[in-house]
Amino acid sequence: MSAADTTTQTGGGRRLDFHVLGPVLALIALIVLGTLINTNFLSPGNITNVLARSAFIGIIAVGMTFVITAGGLDLSVGSMAAFIAGLMIIVMNATMSVMGVGLMTVIVGILTALVAGLAAGAINGLLITRGRIEAFIVTLGTMGIYRSLVTWLADGGTLSLDFDLRTFYGPVYYGGILGVTWPIIVFALVAIVGEIAMRQTAFGRHCAAIGSNDQVARYSAVHVDRVRTATYVLLGLLVGVATIMYVPRLGSASSSTGLLWELEAIAAVIIGGTVLKGGFGRVWGTVIGVLILSLIGNILNLTDVVSPYLNGAIQGVIIILAVVMQRGTNVSR
Amino acid sequence: MKHITKAALAATMLTALPAVAQEQESATIGVSIPAATHGWAGGMNFHAQQAVEQLGERYDNLDFVLSTAPDPGQQVNDIEDMVAARGIDALVVLPFESEPLTGPVASVAEQDIWVTVVDRGLSQENIEDLYVAGDNPGFGRVAGEYFVENMPDGGQIVVLRGIPTTIDNERVEAFQQAIDGSGIEIIGMEHGNWNRDDAFTVMQDFLSRHGQIDAVWASDDDMAVGALAAIDQAGRDDIQFVLGGAGMKEMIQRVMEGDEMVPADVTYPPAMIATAIEMTALNFVGSAPVSGEFIIGSELITQENAEEYYYPDSPF
Repeated sequence: MSAADTTTQTGGGRRLDFHVLGPVLALIALIVLGTLINTNFLSPGNITNVLARSAFIGIIAVGMTFVITAGGLDLSVGSMAAFIAGLMIIVMNATMSVMGVGLMTVIVGILTALVAGLAAGAINGLLITRGRIEAFIVTLGTMGIYRSLVTWLADGGTLSLDFDLRTFYGPVYYGGILGVTWPIIVFALVAIVGEIAMRQTAFGRHCAAIGSNDQVARYSAVHVDRVRTATYVLLGLLVGVATIMYVPRLGSASSSTGLLWELEAIAAVIIGGTVLKGGFGRVWGTVIGVLILSLIGNILNLTDVVSPYLNGAIQGVIIILAVVMQRGTNVSR
Repeated sequence: MKHITKAALAATMLTALPAVAQEQESATIGVSIPAATHGWAGGMNFHAQQAVEQLGERYDNLDFVLSTAPDPGQQVNDIEDMVAARGIDALVVLPFESEPLTGPVASVAEQDIWVTVVDRGLSQENIEDLYVAGDNPGFGRVAGEYFVENMPDGGQIVVLRGIPTTIDNERVEAFQQAIDGSGIEIIGMEHGNWNRDDAFTVMQDFLSRHGQIDAVWASDDDMAVGALAAIDQAGRDDIQFVLGGAGMKEMIQRVMEGDEMVPADVTYPPAMIATAIEMTALNFVGSAPVSGEFIIGSELITQENAEEYYYPDSPF
């Protein structure tokens, strides 16, 4: 409620500022609302929980920002995360029987996740650029493929990491430096590097150019296919990174792992101000978008006022509001 | 469980008389179940496949068609294909959802095809010849009684609910009735959707919100796994125990080993699909009547009897 109030007031003033600041104001409004509802909202424990659980979608959404900015889309990331998690667990359990519980086993697992992520991203990217197939169709296909593969790997059940190995690997999710846990640190690093890459590097500018108009970009000597493929490979790699954080949390993967992550990531990117049609991307906005989405869930869990059945409805309203705001600005441009 | 043993016994008796079986005309039995979208459904898929394999070997005159559907629409298609293309004589169906499957299954029943409905009842009565199901109110009641017995002085508990469905509502209502007047107060209740990750998140937030939680009814073993991880992470020692449900092998193992946080479990056996398939098969190979309703009770598993419920080979 108060999110909408705040943004409307600002919108009356200057449109462009409102476009940039809208998500930030929504985030601040949610934080104020949370603090009013429950005094534990700002406790270090709750803040850590929210940031750490945002990290999976967040890391993926940073990659998704580049894909969408370059005019693409990837629906396969949730299934891909589930498949990589399943693969990682199988490989780590197998390595453990040879090398035992130790650093080497974890490193093998991490390498598996990174290589699998790179490969999966490259498959998507090459099918789209070399195969000349719509991104929507390619990633819809791979979405189904990875989801089936993880169900098949798990024999319809749940793949579990060996208990001792999970205890050894657990600190990657639960541990950290000076009270800041690893998922939060990695999410922050990915976001900072992503922001710099988007704003300061040729890669970021090429993504925006391709998303605006790929013909013009091609005539401007941008390697359109190469850059486009690179965005999917980068996203795949980041899905691998997110999975490395995800597996130690509960030590398991099943067919319900990562369900709808792709839509949450896309929603976060759009809320953050990146244009769905491509041509303009904002990594820090994506980070705000991810935080908004997880805070809505968190606040609803901390109160009994709103039925939990309405969680999706509230998220939906916020996503639509964010797009309405973008529309307004584009018209005024 | 008792009933399952009976059905299995009856089946064994019939195999002892192979002459009877071979005189029968051949029949095709279609089995349509939801795909393995969560742990329990995975276990159910496993038991369905096993039952179909074993029965196919045991009775030469029976043919089986097994299909798994990711959504209700696909399940309707599967059933139509089974009738049209395979000419099934019997259908064993675990409806994805009651409402959308009622019409299609009713039209199958009208074509003189034997219909066995499993677990989720149809919205209209008297369509099926045989109904095999778990006892959802019983599942909630047994859990509630366990809380009353083990928290004689009352206390504050939180409840993790499943995917919003009739099944979940029946369980929770029966649970609330069972703890009514015992001094046990539910201070938080949210949907964890029978999912580990969701349950982990919800439990984290419950722990932030409430300084004192005496026990957790996770109402499902997958959710219990998530809740236990969140409690571990928070390092809280006010929670005395977490009660799950369904009978996942890892949880049964913890009950067997006397884990203080997991002192018990409540059954809701995914193997009920095997009971249904076996009883349907009996209709075609024997003369014993098998129509009617068949409710498989929810039982309390404690350290004493945990071994009986431990299936290490099942994926669930």
